[in-house]
Amino acid sequence: MEVPILKQGEVLIATFQAALSDADLEHLRRGLVQQVVKFRSRGVIVDVTAMDVMDSFASRTLREIAHMIRLRGAETVIVGIQPEVAFAMVQLGLTLEGVATALDLEEGLAYLIQKFKNID
Amino acid sequence: MRAGEIRVSINSDQDIVTARQKGRALAIELGFSTGDATLIATSISELARNIVTYARKGEITLMVIHSSSRQGISITASDRGPGIWDIRQAMKDGFSTSGSLGLGLPGVKRLMDQFEIDSEPGRGTVVTVKKWKL
Repeated sequence: MEVPILKQGEVLIATFQAALSDADLEHLRRGLVQQVVKFRSRGVIVDVTAMDVMDSFASRTLREIAHMIRLRGAETVIVGIQPEVAFAMVQLGLTLEGVATALDLEEGLAYLIQKFKNID
Repeated sequence: MRAGEIRVSINSDQDIVTARQKGRALAIELGFSTGDATLIATSISELARNIVTYARKGEITLMVIHSSSRQGISITASDRGPGIWDIRQAMKDGFSTSGSLGLGLPGVKRLMDQFEIDSEPGRGTVVTVKKWKL
């Protein structure tokens, strides 16, 4: 299942639909980085509200996405990690160190806009 | 196959998703909370991932278990892969032989109530974990 990527001004929004396989996640990583380059985006929001499980592979891929996009000079924020998913991640010892997170899409957008203001 | 037993053969990353979805569905059916169902699904994801990464193929078996007073779920991940040379080492956080985050076994142990591992180099690995309903 592919992840749709929506362009909203300077921001790209990727919304996870449901359970994603490793191949889907790798596809998303490639697609997002390509589109950040293509549209000269300054921010990326990855919405994981619908994600059933955040295992070691998924959290590593999200970290890689954020770091690659930062190297392009853009910011990534992960939004919508469900409480039970967060609990499982902590028990498993997974972190999203160095990656911004926000409660939902709205807060994620607000975070990015604030970041852009600080830079401009 | 016994009643209440679900087998999922694991050959690809897509099977990881199938296995964890079946595990979650079974957990919800048994009356586990969504929080516990997520812990169970996450454990299955990690165990199935180890199969794909280290053994290429194997099987996940989900079973309903009973004690005198409780019901629970048991997950067995078995493969005929290379096996684990040093189980004590593999049970330490951060240990990995494939450059990944590690086998995730100590994490899985924390997510579940019971954890057993049996592995023989060259013959394969069997991990069984259990979660009891509160």
